[in-house]
Amino acid sequence: LTSLAHKRIIIKITILFFGFGWLFFMRQLFKDYEVRQYVVQVIFSVTFAFSCTMFELIIFEILGVLNSSSRYFHWKLNLCVILLILVFLVPFYIGYFIVSNIRLLHKQRLLFSCLLWLTFMYFFWKLGDPFPILSPKHGILSIEQLISRVGVIGVTLMALLSGFGAVNCPYTYMSYFLRNVTDVDILALERRLLQTMDMIISKKKRMAMTRRTMFQKGEVHNKPSGFWGMIKSITTSAPGSENLTLIQQEVDALEELSRQLFLETADLHATKERIEYSKTFKGKYFNFLGYFFSIYCVWKIFMATINIVFDRVGKTDPVTRGIEITVNYLGIQFDVKFWSQHISFILVGIIIVTSIRGLLITLTKFFYAISSSKSSNVIVLLLAQIMGMYFVSSVLLIRMSMPLEYRTIITEVLGELQFNFYHRWFDVIFLVSALSSILFLYLAHKQAPEKHMTP
Amino acid sequence: MASLDRVKVLVLGDSGVGKSSLVHLLCQNQVLGNPSWTVGCSVDVRVHDYKEGTPVEKTYYIELWDVGGSVGSASSVKSTRAVFYNSINGIILVHDLTNKKSSQNLYRWSSEALNKDLVPTGVLVTNGDYDQEQFAENQIPLLVIGTKLDQIHETKRHEVLTRTAFLAEDFNAEEINLDCTNPRYLAAGSSNAVKLSRFFDKVIEKRYFLRDSNQTPGFPDRKRFWGGTLKGLHYD
Repeated sequence: LTSLAHKRIIIKITILFFGFGWLFFMRQLFKDYEVRQYVVQVIFSVTFAFSCTMFELIIFEILGVLNSSSRYFHWKLNLCVILLILVFLVPFYIGYFIVSNIRLLHKQRLLFSCLLWLTFMYFFWKLGDPFPILSPKHGILSIEQLISRVGVIGVTLMALLSGFGAVNCPYTYMSYFLRNVTDVDILALERRLLQTMDMIISKKKRMAMTRRTMFQKGEVHNKPSGFWGMIKSITTSAPGSENLTLIQQEVDALEELSRQLFLETADLHATKERIEYSKTFKGKYFNFLGYFFSIYCVWKIFMATINIVFDRVGKTDPVTRGIEITVNYLGIQFDVKFWSQHISFILVGIIIVTSIRGLLITLTKFFYAISSSKSSNVIVLLLAQIMGMYFVSSVLLIRMSMPLEYRTIITEVLGELQFNFYHRWFDVIFLVSALSSILFLYLAHKQAPEKHMTP
Repeated sequence: MASLDRVKVLVLGDSGVGKSSLVHLLCQNQVLGNPSWTVGCSVDVRVHDYKEGTPVEKTYYIELWDVGGSVGSASSVKSTRAVFYNSINGIILVHDLTNKKSSQNLYRWSSEALNKDLVPTGVLVTNGDYDQEQFAENQIPLLVIGTKLDQIHETKRHEVLTRTAFLAEDFNAEEINLDCTNPRYLAAGSSNAVKLSRFFDKVIEKRYFLRDSNQTPGFPDRKRFWGGTLKGLHYD
């Protein structure tokens, strides 16, 4: 196959990934909103496409598809494009959309978005100082400079998500942690909520009637706003006005209470649904998985602590070590080279697919929770940025899971980064994240049951 | 202060269309200065003169229940929201004229509120498709309000207004298009104010004057018109 044919294959696959990103965006993320700026959708799909192409090149490396010079070329090309997107394109557009939301700065949008981008670049560059990520022989404008910083951010994100996920997964799967919620509890809380609403309504009725009588008498209610407003309201005597402000304060407090009750009721409904689900076959299966994952989580925390305390970084990858163990201790003889290639492929493939899927699901949940119709553009671009950085750092870390002969291309392309630093950094942040998640979940779990369980 | 009779009207629509601003405008005749996210439900009260200017004029309280959230919320949130859909007398459906999705979601919103009693767990069984029959036998008066009219450019106005006219026809309802930051759209005497008044009058009529004759007047009607379970949580 000529190199032109190689290029065509890789371009076709990239376009395929672009299509996936586009569909995901339309069907999942922006299900309930209208896409007004198509540039956002394009940027998201492009980031997704080039990130996935990187993973695909790793797979090609393992399987030996195409020849190594064209693989190297495409690696370099892909990396340049992705760095351009993550450092120049996406941050600029994030700044642009943030500025567009603010009415005051609307006229000089471009100017302010450039300013925001320059601020971002400054902090991004400063990020490299406290970390020993580069050897001194690098110039100032090279791929290594950019990638090292992107790697730090991405690895931090990965470790945070990983730590939280490792703890949260058994917590949600296992039914041991499910609080006991009965229909009676839910009804009691709903009754309290409706009572609060009724109290709010009766106060608002008084306010509406007072306003109407004042309007008919010709008085006007000025809400005391600002310092001078409050001084004025002391000197003028309008008893209707005073009453209104007092009642308004009571109403504000009641409305805050009603919001709290609403959220608690929603929480109880969710717990009840989970209890129902745990009684089904699927629920029982997940419960069992939960026990398995909790053991895995404890093991990972243990290993991270050992790595940090004894200052060791794994020298061999799991595949080679597994094969060594089977050959040496179990005495099974088989073709090492053949099997190591295929097992690496499967292992790396699984890691890639689960991390992509896990990330997309987390991003979607996050997006639904915090976005509104005004901020949806900014949030999607932030998510695209996170996704790109996450994938780039996955490539850095996945190097450890591959046998030596396949690591060369990553090392060649990414240059002389201190890979060991990234693994150490990952372990530290993972440990911190996992322990704080345990603390956080423990506190949340302890606090909830006392509030509204029937005795 | 004499205690007036009251009716309950739901205000439904996607988040960000301007329900809170609309309710504030309707109840306090002022523009809402700092709209923020509605969590759960916020209520406001409007004093309305039924059949104003006629000998049978009477004043009523109209409770406007502004329910926040989106149609795609988790089913636990939907079940919680369902508690607000008890004994409603009217529904105002609000959509954003600049956002087509919010208009399409109105079908799902109305299904959620109207189907409330048919599905006890509060989880929607239908996939949100429009069901003509359900609206034909619906007895609760509906009103469709389109917001952010000022943001529609002159050239596109005709196309947008045609679309919303079809929408209102589907719901068998009147429609009003306005901008919630400008009180002149609902100025007394304008056609919008007349439509609004007519809608509230219709709601009050259905609630208080079109009952079975063997019902004792003045007692609250707790059973839903098309049958359903008794929900005795609402204090009258």
